[in-house]
Amino acid sequence: MPFLILLIKASLIYGGLLVTAAVMTLAERKISARIQLRIGPNRVGPGGVLQPLADGVKFILKEEITPDGANKGIFRLAPIMAAGPAMLTVAVIPFAGETVIFGLDFGLLSLTDLDIGLLFVLALSGLSVYGVILGGWASNSKYSLLGGLRASAQMVSYELSLIMTALTVVALSGSMDLREIVEVQNTGNPLAWNCFTPVIGQVGLILFVIATFAETNRHPFDFAECEPELVGGFHTEYSSMKFALFFLGEYCAMTVMACLTTVLFLGGYSVPFWEDAPWMVELATFMAKTSFFLFLFIWVRWTLPRFRYDQLMNLGWKVFLPIALANLLLAGAFISLT
Amino acid sequence: MYLPEIVRGLVITFKKMFEPRVTRQYPEQAMPTTEVTRGQPRLAVKDDGNIACVSCGLCEAACPAYAITIDGQETDRFIEREPERFDIDMLRCILCGFCEEACPKEAIFMSNELELANTTREGLVYDMEQLKRSTSILQPRIDYVRKINDRW
Repeated sequence: MPFLILLIKASLIYGGLLVTAAVMTLAERKISARIQLRIGPNRVGPGGVLQPLADGVKFILKEEITPDGANKGIFRLAPIMAAGPAMLTVAVIPFAGETVIFGLDFGLLSLTDLDIGLLFVLALSGLSVYGVILGGWASNSKYSLLGGLRASAQMVSYELSLIMTALTVVALSGSMDLREIVEVQNTGNPLAWNCFTPVIGQVGLILFVIATFAETNRHPFDFAECEPELVGGFHTEYSSMKFALFFLGEYCAMTVMACLTTVLFLGGYSVPFWEDAPWMVELATFMAKTSFFLFLFIWVRWTLPRFRYDQLMNLGWKVFLPIALANLLLAGAFISLT
Repeated sequence: MYLPEIVRGLVITFKKMFEPRVTRQYPEQAMPTTEVTRGQPRLAVKDDGNIACVSCGLCEAACPAYAITIDGQETDRFIEREPERFDIDMLRCILCGFCEEACPKEAIFMSNELELANTTREGLVYDMEQLKRSTSILQPRIDYVRKINDRW
């Protein structure tokens, strides 16, 4: 029975993740259309809601091309490396508290609550850049290689600030368990959320969000793709479902990062002024908070132009890292004072 | 500082989301046409069911794309000559309106019809029956041409 429940939970959470990724591709196009005063996809299904499905079918039917001189094994492995870790990370995200569906006790709504949940997410999301690097390397194309190289350099510089900022939250909450972090913030008072910790919270939130943009290769930091300079970047040579896998990975990573930001700074599933809310309310709250960050991803993409590469490096090493370190220091001082 | 400007940009794009959209869904929402729209040439059918063409060949001569082919024949009607065949190859027609200008009898006018599609080339050579349009449909254009040319 516990196994069955776990199976149901896993399929629900992974189904939810994949659906979110699919919806995100549609939302991306719809919102970009709105911002640019266009209409966007509206032919497949009412208002274009079935567009992701049509895209998926199209991807599967496309010819799969492996370029001459490509390292075939790694070329095939790369998309899996990109999508796999991004999907795995969702396992430790706590979506809601005690959950009972139709009298069936599902326990706490997350696949697993690791003591080192945060570490798990950071480690795996750092792993997903290997997909990009390997894909760029194995393609035997200069554009892909440059894209992969940029991705690796970018990932190293921004992962640092990301982890430093996450550490601030760990220091504030005294735990690396994501559920524990949420429970510390879940007091019924929204001011207990980490983003409302004076100065530390706000700086941390801004840094963390910016670092997640870089981490997930999104605008304005999408140097791995960088269409005007590198054709398509690391996925120049990819086609068909392999190409789709890269994007699935990217959107999954976005979703997970949005979830993580919610958990770390916005109190996860904690409902304002209602400490012991039923799981459905908690889940809805969590989804609402997460969708805000998902919207932010798209919103920023269609607002800002891409940075220059040296600007990205300057920003990462000379601005973000010192601020993140100072913030961590400040958090230490704050904790010892209170 | 960079951040306030980013926020300003975000506010602008957010406002843009609620502005009316400029895209026209073409096949469903056609472009509005006026009497000035110079679409495909059509033959105006008068109230008695005939066209005014006397197959003088002026439009044929004026046509820079050689799209018009006219064979004339005699008729018992007052105008004495009428076209036996009046073909316009719509694939050749460049919608220049010279035929309309050249016509001394107010027989041919540029309609507001712009859509042209067929699966064969032969199907796009319009004969007299396909070119006929009642005067009432073409009336705005006829009035406009009279005003512009100011020759009647």
